[in-house]
Amino acid sequence: MLQRLIDRRMGFFLGALFVAVVLIPLGNLVIAGQPVPSYVVALLAKYLCYALLAVALDLVWGYCGILSLGHGAFFALGGYAMGMHLMREIGDRGVYANPDLPDFMVFLNWQELPWFWYGFDSFIFACLMVLLVPGLLAFVFGWFAFRSRVTGVYLSIITQAMTYALMLAFFRNEMGFGGNNGLTDFKDVLGFNLQSDATRSGLFVLAALALTAGLLISKFITTSKLGKVLIAIRDAESRTRFTGYRVEGYKLFVFVVSAMMAGVAGAIYTPIVGIINPGEFSPANSIEIVIWVALGGRGTLVGAAIGAIIVALAKTLLTGWFPEFWLFALGAMFILVTIYLPTGVLGKFEQIVKRKPKPATKEVTA
Amino acid sequence: MSSQLYLSGVNRSFDGFKAINNLSLIIEKGELHAVIGPNGAGKTTMMDIITGKTRPDSGEVFWNNDIDLTKVDEAGSARLGIGRKFQKPTVFETLTVEDNIALALKADRGVFATLFDRRSADQQAEIDRLLELVRLSADRDRMAADLSHGQKQWLEIGMLLAQDPELLLVDEPAAGMTDAETMRTAELLREIAGERSVVVVEHDMEFVKALNCKVTVLHQGSVLAEGSLEHVSANPEVVEVYLGR
Amino acid sequence: MRKFLLTILFLLAALPLRAQSFEELLLQLPEGSYSDRAAVAAAIAATGDDRAAGVLEVLAEGNLHILKSDGSIVEIRDVNGDDIAFSALDGTEVGEIGRGDTDKIKVNNGLRRDLRALLGSMSLLNADPNKRAEAAQAVFKDGDPGQIELLDSAIAAETEAWVADLMQEARAVAVLNSDMDTEAKLAAVKVLADRGDQDAKGVLSQFANDEALALPIATALSQIERTQQLWQVGQNVWYGLSLGSVLLLAAIGLAITFGVMGVINMAHGELVMLGAYSTFFVQELIRNNAAWLFDYSLLIAAPVAFLVAGSVGIGIERGIVRHLYGRPLETLLATWGVSLILQQTVRSIFGPNNREVGNPEWMSGAFELGGLTITYGRMWILIFALVVFAGLMLLLKKTAMGLQMRAVTQNREMAANMGIRTGRVDALTFGLGAGIAGLAGVALSQIDNVSPNLGQSYIVDSFMVVVFGGAGNLWGALAGAFSLGVANKFLEPFTGAVLGKILVLVFIILFIQKRPRGLFALKGRAVEA
Repeated sequence: MLQRLIDRRMGFFLGALFVAVVLIPLGNLVIAGQPVPSYVVALLAKYLCYALLAVALDLVWGYCGILSLGHGAFFALGGYAMGMHLMREIGDRGVYANPDLPDFMVFLNWQELPWFWYGFDSFIFACLMVLLVPGLLAFVFGWFAFRSRVTGVYLSIITQAMTYALMLAFFRNEMGFGGNNGLTDFKDVLGFNLQSDATRSGLFVLAALALTAGLLISKFITTSKLGKVLIAIRDAESRTRFTGYRVEGYKLFVFVVSAMMAGVAGAIYTPIVGIINPGEFSPANSIEIVIWVALGGRGTLVGAAIGAIIVALAKTLLTGWFPEFWLFALGAMFILVTIYLPTGVLGKFEQIVKRKPKPATKEVTA
Repeated sequence: MSSQLYLSGVNRSFDGFKAINNLSLIIEKGELHAVIGPNGAGKTTMMDIITGKTRPDSGEVFWNNDIDLTKVDEAGSARLGIGRKFQKPTVFETLTVEDNIALALKADRGVFATLFDRRSADQQAEIDRLLELVRLSADRDRMAADLSHGQKQWLEIGMLLAQDPELLLVDEPAAGMTDAETMRTAELLREIAGERSVVVVEHDMEFVKALNCKVTVLHQGSVLAEGSLEHVSANPEVVEVYLGR
Repeated sequence: MRKFLLTILFLLAALPLRAQSFEELLLQLPEGSYSDRAAVAAAIAATGDDRAAGVLEVLAEGNLHILKSDGSIVEIRDVNGDDIAFSALDGTEVGEIGRGDTDKIKVNNGLRRDLRALLGSMSLLNADPNKRAEAAQAVFKDGDPGQIELLDSAIAAETEAWVADLMQEARAVAVLNSDMDTEAKLAAVKVLADRGDQDAKGVLSQFANDEALALPIATALSQIERTQQLWQVGQNVWYGLSLGSVLLLAAIGLAITFGVMGVINMAHGELVMLGAYSTFFVQELIRNNAAWLFDYSLLIAAPVAFLVAGSVGIGIERGIVRHLYGRPLETLLATWGVSLILQQTVRSIFGPNNREVGNPEWMSGAFELGGLTITYGRMWILIFALVVFAGLMLLLKKTAMGLQMRAVTQNREMAANMGIRTGRVDALTFGLGAGIAGLAGVALSQIDNVSPNLGQSYIVDSFMVVVFGGAGNLWGALAGAFSLGVANKFLEPFTGAVLGKILVLVFIILFIQKRPRGLFALKGRAVEA
């Protein structure tokens, strides 16, 4: 079993991740002089959340050929679910010191907590919602879309419409999720102060664990017979049906699993960056996830994670150095990767390392 | 003898064009049956209706006398035991030859059963047998995409047999094959028939002759003539619409 | 009756030769009794001189004086606490004057009434129908029962039906205010009910407590409400059509590229933005070099925008899209990359802020059509959208290029075998789609902020139009654009703009499940396969 899940790629990546999990908190918390500054810890933790999100997208796109342009929505919903719990944990320490209502509701003159906020006082409940809400949305959306055989660009476009509609909805104050500003000013999680270095390192480790779990679950799925059915669907959907597989059920399964994974990524992301707002739903964000996966290498899982980290790092550095240049770089990345790097950096790298053409990696046309 | 497949008074039109027009056809169990007809005669639409890809506008389609095929989807028809081979060989290109066969192997097709599936020794033996049968044992670890056209045709036939179907629908199997391959394919189909029912849709008269079976001629969506190849060849109408050209 | 006679007098005076000039009559004003003064005033009114109304107005207010020093007639106005005299003849300032420098031309109540009536009739009988309509509106607001006789004679003399209607309505208000019998008032209520607007509603509700009129007024009020609702529906349809025309412009190019080439061009919105910036650029050039051309700036900008966006489009096709045919999802990603680059390029050149694009004279303002308010800008954009649509239809149906494009849509391989250079057709098609996006930009520059983000705000909507209408079918795009536009605007009053939009999106997502290939999908075997 272990052999099946941890191949060379996975081994290298998880090894590197393990080293980071040991060294970075050490450098931040233990070693004198703090060679790893706190903001770097938070930044890296954020990258790991992105990596998990990329793995989630790779699962549906890389293996099953479903190009979702709405995965940011699942990420954001997970983030909001966690954000709602964090809001409740603020208690009466808000600006208005209202023990029952979050600040923004007091500001809007609301008298009582809306029903959908009930239960978020409980951390366990919130964690459940982190999985259930994105999962349920994916289930309902997928059930309709896959059953009626919406595929290809049509599917991509309606997933984009889905996240766009959610963005518009969450921008509304009446929705009860803080409108424009979203949820922010969190104080602590499970009693740990979010500003403290120890909590930051803790979140970093948590993000790494979540990424590891996400990778292994995805690996389990893709190396199972079901994984092969997913590839079969990607290659020849019609043939898969005539072979007796109900394609919609398989798509639905992997779409829901992927959405839940994205939700977890969002849930860990929220306490790390200290805010979740409707901007996370923007269609542009969701498309950016796609380039992470494409750059890293579609259908490789590990490649998607690496792609996310590379792009996020590049974004941090470039927007710091030449802010004007970032969009040029991102745009060029989209163009060059799709035309010249169909197997992504991981594919290219392995091709170079092996010094022989990869056997039969026929261009994957999703 | 009970029928394997029973079509009666089936109609289907697309935007006013009647692709299938009051078509009736019976396939007996274990029969080898060839369907011929010019382009647009409705051969592909007929197979689409049998396999649940297209719903007929009216008419009856029954499987084993009692199962209504008009209420079944593609996967359902496959699970009932209808195997379909496309005209253009369609295999899972980025999976290995062995995985192609393994996926087609008769097994529980449920999502979770598939997720936790482990291949048994029996199944492995069956895969090996089928690979041997379609002469792809040596290529079992190659990607299906890397096979030659003829090999893909064979792989697809292997996948069909792996499904262990009661009825095989085979669309122009000889297309793009060499003469030798064509003859071998005809031989294989004859072997398969008896144990299973086989319907072959074909253009190539040499191939149909080699099948040596009952022939149905379709024209404009309905049956024009039925019987042995000599019998239908003698029919002046058939000669007019098809053979004469 | 006196007023009526006065009017007759005025009418008589107006017709014969102008015995005396305005200047002469003016000097006669101070002389004689009040009734003499009334006669002179009537004569002044009869001159038809532009200054007549002003002078009579001043006289009625008691501000017309005679200057003792030279006997000229002046108007005394209070300017910052000082009494300043202005010539009644030409309005020039005569200077500050003391209390004893002038004699006031006296008016009593009777004369004042006569003057009011004269003023009213002057405008009600003015030669310009617009002036008459204005006067009728004034009486409508005023509701002075004293004007009834005057209105009656004006109505009798009126030649324009629409002005006569306005006068009837004004008369109805006056009747309601008068002590005339119930029958007359009931007729008045009916007239106002037929007018059916907010003003009529306001007037009628004032009299709703009158016992004799309560019931008919209640009926009239509900009738008015129904009329207004009907107009409201009409107004919403208009807003919807207007939104639809914008959507159509934005989506039509997309429909071409998607339909003919199966290519999703995510940079489409940015091509629209380029069109808007081309308009801005052209206008800047005109402002700085040839301001007199400003009213034609949009006409000049349109071909420029078409060419700019079109050539960028051809560039995208040759440079990128060409390498990705048959891989629609990759094309989507690569063109998204292009969109980011275009956005940032424009941001670097023109800055991130909104740019001001002016509206030419003929694009500004609005007019009333029944109960509808229609802005010229929106109207021209609707016309423009339809013209572009029709032009494109003609191009596709009647030209060789259109024929080739349709051939490639239906069967690429066959078209290639018949010697159509599909590569060239692809490039031109893409260029055409892009060029139309540029034209859309010209129109959008008139109603939206021109910023680097302009395209982003339309891209999801225009995709929805294409998906809803059915790809590859221009009629689908037309139907999709207008039905989505109207649906949006109908939902807005109930749900608010944002929720309405969300509902429309959800509707489309559900609709796609039912008809995965849109409203006007091509059906048949080829598509089902």
